[in-house]
Amino acid sequence: MSATVASPAPARAGTAAARNVLRWVLLGAVLLLALLPVLNRLPADSALHVSDFVVSVTGKWITYAILALAIDLAWGYAGILSLGHGAFFALGGYAIGMHLMRLIGPRGVYGHSTLPDFMVFLGYRELPWYWLGFEHFPFALLMALAVPGLLAAMVGFLAFRSRITGVYFSIITQAMTYALMLAFFRNDMGFGGNNGFTDFKELLGIPLNTPNARAALFYASLAALLGAYWICARVVGSKLGRVLVAVRDAESRVRFLGYDTTRVKLFVFVLSAVLAGLAGALYVPQVGIINPGEFSPGNSIEAVVWVAVGGRGTLVGALLGAFSVNALKTWLTSVAPDLWLFALGGLFVAVTLFLPRGLVGVLRRPGT
Amino acid sequence: MAHLIQAALLLLAFALPAAAQQQPDAFDAALPGLVGNFNQQAEAVERLGALGDPRAVPVLRALSDGRLLKRPDGSGVVPPGEAAPPGAEAVRVNNRVRVALRGALGRLQLVSPEPGERLAAAEAVFRSRDAANAPLLEAALAREAVPRIRAQMELSLAASRLVATDEDAKRAAVSALGATASTDARALLLEARAANPGLSGAIDAAVAAIDRRLSLRRAAETLFQGLSLGSVLLLAALGLAVTFGVMGVINMAHGEMVMIGAYTAVLVQEALRNVPALLPWSLPLSVPAAFAVAALVGALIERGLIRHLYGRPLETLLMTFGVGMILQQAVRTLFGAQNREVISPAWMQGTLTLPGGVAVTQNRLWIIVFGVAVLLAVLAAIRLTRFGLEMRAVVQNRRIAATMGIRTGRVDALTFAFGSGVAGMAGVALSQIDNVSPNLGTGYIIDSFMVVVFGGVGSLAGTLVGAMALGVVNKVLEPWAGAVLAKVAVLVALMLFIQRRPRGLFALRGRAADA
Repeated sequence: MSATVASPAPARAGTAAARNVLRWVLLGAVLLLALLPVLNRLPADSALHVSDFVVSVTGKWITYAILALAIDLAWGYAGILSLGHGAFFALGGYAIGMHLMRLIGPRGVYGHSTLPDFMVFLGYRELPWYWLGFEHFPFALLMALAVPGLLAAMVGFLAFRSRITGVYFSIITQAMTYALMLAFFRNDMGFGGNNGFTDFKELLGIPLNTPNARAALFYASLAALLGAYWICARVVGSKLGRVLVAVRDAESRVRFLGYDTTRVKLFVFVLSAVLAGLAGALYVPQVGIINPGEFSPGNSIEAVVWVAVGGRGTLVGALLGAFSVNALKTWLTSVAPDLWLFALGGLFVAVTLFLPRGLVGVLRRPGT
Repeated sequence: MAHLIQAALLLLAFALPAAAQQQPDAFDAALPGLVGNFNQQAEAVERLGALGDPRAVPVLRALSDGRLLKRPDGSGVVPPGEAAPPGAEAVRVNNRVRVALRGALGRLQLVSPEPGERLAAAEAVFRSRDAANAPLLEAALAREAVPRIRAQMELSLAASRLVATDEDAKRAAVSALGATASTDARALLLEARAANPGLSGAIDAAVAAIDRRLSLRRAAETLFQGLSLGSVLLLAALGLAVTFGVMGVINMAHGEMVMIGAYTAVLVQEALRNVPALLPWSLPLSVPAAFAVAALVGALIERGLIRHLYGRPLETLLMTFGVGMILQQAVRTLFGAQNREVISPAWMQGTLTLPGGVAVTQNRLWIIVFGVAVLLAVLAAIRLTRFGLEMRAVVQNRRIAATMGIRTGRVDALTFAFGSGVAGMAGVALSQIDNVSPNLGTGYIIDSFMVVVFGGVGSLAGTLVGAMALGVVNKVLEPWAGAVLAKVAVLVALMLFIQRRPRGLFALRGRAADA
């Protein structure tokens, strides 16, 4: 079956100005976010004081925004709808989680000098080989990017080479994250089974769950978001970016024109997975836990809906979607938890039926 | 009167010297011993027990319960069930007699009129392994008619002979045990091997024969489990084969259609609680109900939502995922998050033992039957009915079909409703082997897509082969890798398989492939 995606029309000259305005407004908003940890330090009775909760929740959303950017790059620009990006996110999280577990050291419940608690509990004698090296932060960070990248390279190579496109690719990536979820639920995988990793103590010498750590992680995430945005903007603004859009709209034609579409798609898919891994690596220290539930197919598809709501095919749309949907989620789950799944399901339906270009489409051309 | 009969019988018995006819007289000859002193009593009990005569059972049981009466004149006992003459007293026994009674009754169970007791006794004899039991078993075998009990008795006889002193008997026992497929017999042979160095060659051969048979049986059982898992996958995937395979609509709410079918079965069961006569039939009655409810929901979704997104598969995927979420949450709100149970009718419970000792659970067997029946029904609907014809026409060429006067929109709605209805019927079957909960469907959706893609989109035969192959491979891998890793391995293998055949096992060829 043909894999053409009904795509937003290329931005017209007339809307270019509006588009620029939107971009600067959003970037300004991101910079305003940078003030949050500062405001958190104000005295509690100050009018401008923001709570710890707001800082940590916003920090979490920033990592979600990076994930949304990654999905948008693959889906919005190259037409590769991955329903398994949650797996790359979770793998990045697990890599940094392994580092955090190694840093606990003898402070665990069982007080073992090298083995994490769950390994002592499961009767491990020594660290499995794949845990070696994770006591070094640079290595763990490298793995947080490399493992998702390698997995994406493998899956992408196999899939793109045999021209698996469209929904077939979506289903395969969904099966991938599902298989990883099942595998990580197993105790003898050496990743803590269904409890995953938690009870972290410190990162880079800063004790976690302190205002300092929160602020540091917040700024690290914000910097990563800006970096990711910059990379994505460079990619989509380049000639490669135009090839990507062409692949999305008419892959066969691009191939007939002499482009190696497999390589182009593979590149963007791996880059996207690496960004997702980075997001996961920043997410885990902030929430203080990682477990196989992060691999569940529902998480990946929820992230896809952020992009759909914001407006795929535009980088600002991904950011807008990640922040707005998650703000809605945080608000709804606190006031009416039962309504959240109705609302999320309704978002899927409403966006696909009425807002194919997402919120960005509405903002650009009000009244349509 | 009774005396006369006894006397006549005695005479008759003496008159007929054949061995088989000596039993009645031996039985009657032993009876008077029961009213003698304790030593005589014990001896009589032993003799009665050794006779293997079913008539001895009520007498000995009455004696052991203290209900056996002796005649006032001391000439013998009153047979149980006969009216007690005036002045009859109960026969008293001591401990020694009681021990003898217990042994005798145990052996006599081999000839009890109850088949269950006979089987239990044969198994007990097998475990006790005493050469003295051999003649008893031979006697019991001579009158046993039930094949299953006969087999157990033969096994027990061989086991008893294996500990006999006679070398030939042992040899015969070894070959008899070697002809079985029982782990007990295998253990017995291995035990005997140490005690009988002279027989080790024969014993090794017998053990090897048992091992062969056991592994065959295991293979058969694995195959059955695989087919049963395969038919579950088939049921879950069939509806998808219609909506995704035939229409090309990717319906992520498919699992929720299955779930709706399962909840319909719950509702039908609740409704029939007031009609006790129909309650055992609530499951078969649920099948059409589930089809109707799921088909209705499917038709509403297609007309209301999906039809606006034809030609945009990725959007359809996302939208139907959202629909699935809403349906799931709606059911959770209506019915609560806890699991519901759909009771299996009596005729679906229990285990069936096939020839060769292969054990199959009845409800799994019924699911296989049901899966095949639904497959045939779907095939028939597509191949034989007017609706199926119109459906195929619309799939092949929508515009020409419309020109021919087919209302394509109506056909779309009906096809989607049909696929959803089939999913609903699958839900009734799944209610028998899985928890009925709002997220019942989520566990099956990925597997179903795999089956359809593996088998070849658009091919029902491919769906059948794909489902069965995945089911069997899963079950074959399970003993080595565990259930979860087997599943992971199957998913990985599938991804590699799609490399070789991107369009599945049964790829459409020619013009249809470009549709």
